[in-house]
Amino acid sequence: MAKGIMIIVEQRNLQIRKVSLELLSQARKIADATGEPVVAVVLGQGIDELAATVTASGADKVILIDDAKLAEYTTGAYTSVLNKLIRKEEPQAVLIGNTAVGKDLAPRLAQRLGVGLASDCTGMEADSNSFLTFKRPIYAGKAFAHLTSNVRPIMATIRPNTFPVAAPDAARQAEVVKEAAEIDAADLVAILKEVAIAASKRPELTEANIIVSGGRGMKGPENYNILEDLADVVGAAVGASRAAVDSGWKEHKFQVGQTGKTVAPTLYIACGISGAIQHLAGMGSSKFIVAINKDPEANIFNVADYGIVGDLFEVVPLLTEEFKKLVNE
Amino acid sequence: MNIVVFIKQTFDTEAKIVLDGNGKIDANGVNLIINPYDEFAIEEGIKLKEKFGGEVTVVSMGGPRAQEAIRTALAMGIDKGILVNDPEVDNTDEYGRAQILAKAIAQVPYDVILVGRIAIDDGASQIAVRLAEALSIPSVSSVLKLEVAGTQATATREIDGGTETIEVSFPAVITAQKGLNEPRYPSVAGIMKAKKKPLQTLTLADLGLSAGDLSPKMIINEYSLPTPRQGGRKLAGDAAQAANELAKLLREEAKVL
Repeated sequence: MAKGIMIIVEQRNLQIRKVSLELLSQARKIADATGEPVVAVVLGQGIDELAATVTASGADKVILIDDAKLAEYTTGAYTSVLNKLIRKEEPQAVLIGNTAVGKDLAPRLAQRLGVGLASDCTGMEADSNSFLTFKRPIYAGKAFAHLTSNVRPIMATIRPNTFPVAAPDAARQAEVVKEAAEIDAADLVAILKEVAIAASKRPELTEANIIVSGGRGMKGPENYNILEDLADVVGAAVGASRAAVDSGWKEHKFQVGQTGKTVAPTLYIACGISGAIQHLAGMGSSKFIVAINKDPEANIFNVADYGIVGDLFEVVPLLTEEFKKLVNE
Repeated sequence: MNIVVFIKQTFDTEAKIVLDGNGKIDANGVNLIINPYDEFAIEEGIKLKEKFGGEVTVVSMGGPRAQEAIRTALAMGIDKGILVNDPEVDNTDEYGRAQILAKAIAQVPYDVILVGRIAIDDGASQIAVRLAEALSIPSVSSVLKLEVAGTQATATREIDGGTETIEVSFPAVITAQKGLNEPRYPSVAGIMKAKKKPLQTLTLADLGLSAGDLSPKMIINEYSLPTPRQGGRKLAGDAAQAANELAKLLREEAKVL
């Protein structure tokens, strides 16, 4: 009998990714409603100390798989280990954050297990028939598919920022189990040579609570510093529209929209962005949208909660000063 | 070198999505394009052929309209096309489609399989990796740079906040991220030549598959459309007043600062 909600916890340099805490928090709620335990799995090297964080975030059982071969994520080793673990533990559901790791790992694991996968979900609910149902954006959020599965485990990757992180409960107790890493030689054919993380004091675009984004109205790459100044006051990420990326002002990794990243921050500040349909698809589920544009007819105003018709080169620095005052209060 | 490129025909990025009478996504009157990320895969395939020789085959699944996408790829410089055209394909999910594709690709020799990292319609980003698993070969996702020497490839892939470099032996699946290359436009001569290039159409029966082998693992209960956002208010006054008002609203009304 399949049992439990398994969360594949992602850590990088022994820091648990925020999306994993979001999944643990939401799984805890579902566990309390359904009676299914939350099983957290952590892979890596020297990960013992992470058990406490994972427990406090909602786990009933923590499985640690500690091995030098798992220190960095590789598709093969992680798939090998998790395939065996899932077959042994037989969870009802397996949830993974829709990060670079999750996007690569989940389809490989699902195929090996012979199960379905709901990718990049922005909603998950307990269901009396099928245990869990998922909501996922298609056409970059222009529509949604609502789906489930009768095959076990039911697998999903969940988009970062979908669920809030609950306050950790230091008094929680969990069973902590250590499992050996069994990695098939056939899964070690791809070799990770190098990991290069760009030094940035700003959050990842997909995980950021606040995003300051610039479009064609920025007029050139040299002007993004005014957005960066604004972003740094409130710890925001900086994004760009396709027009700005196609003009070569910003790298593609900053692009928000249907052919870039889909984001759902609490606050999205669109500066000099007209609001093309493919851009709106990528940021339309933000909780609050602010638009600053000198064209009063710009489409972005049709979706913005607050709009300022004006020259962004005048408004943004003023806004930076206003935000500084608030932060210093 | 034998190169296979898997492409998907998708709605144009400017397409507005509506539901038909059955609550399904309505494709009527929608302009169709090659999934933009697949164009990077096509370009990389052609570049590999130009460098190392060999043959590039494009494979797609879908109805008769998908032939247009294949002809465009042939016009760009791909040598031949295979289209799996079977109404049953519509009833499969990513699990089934990976099996179909694995069977279709088994018809041609391959050293490398190139695929766009995501299709902008369903956005699932599963098929390429599932295909690699179905063929028991390695894959590297979201590749920004690909260097090939003999049967070895060094791929730089995008990860959250940076990149990583991975070495694999062929055969392997590589998924293309924007930045890998600049896709070429089909030339007039290319478009003329494309008309004469071979395009083979296969059904599931031709691949030795039946609908039963491909029964979906996922159940789609329904589709829905987002609640349209309402435009809010434009803040009056000069820039200084508006900025002050906005900061106040974000703190007191929206409570996000």
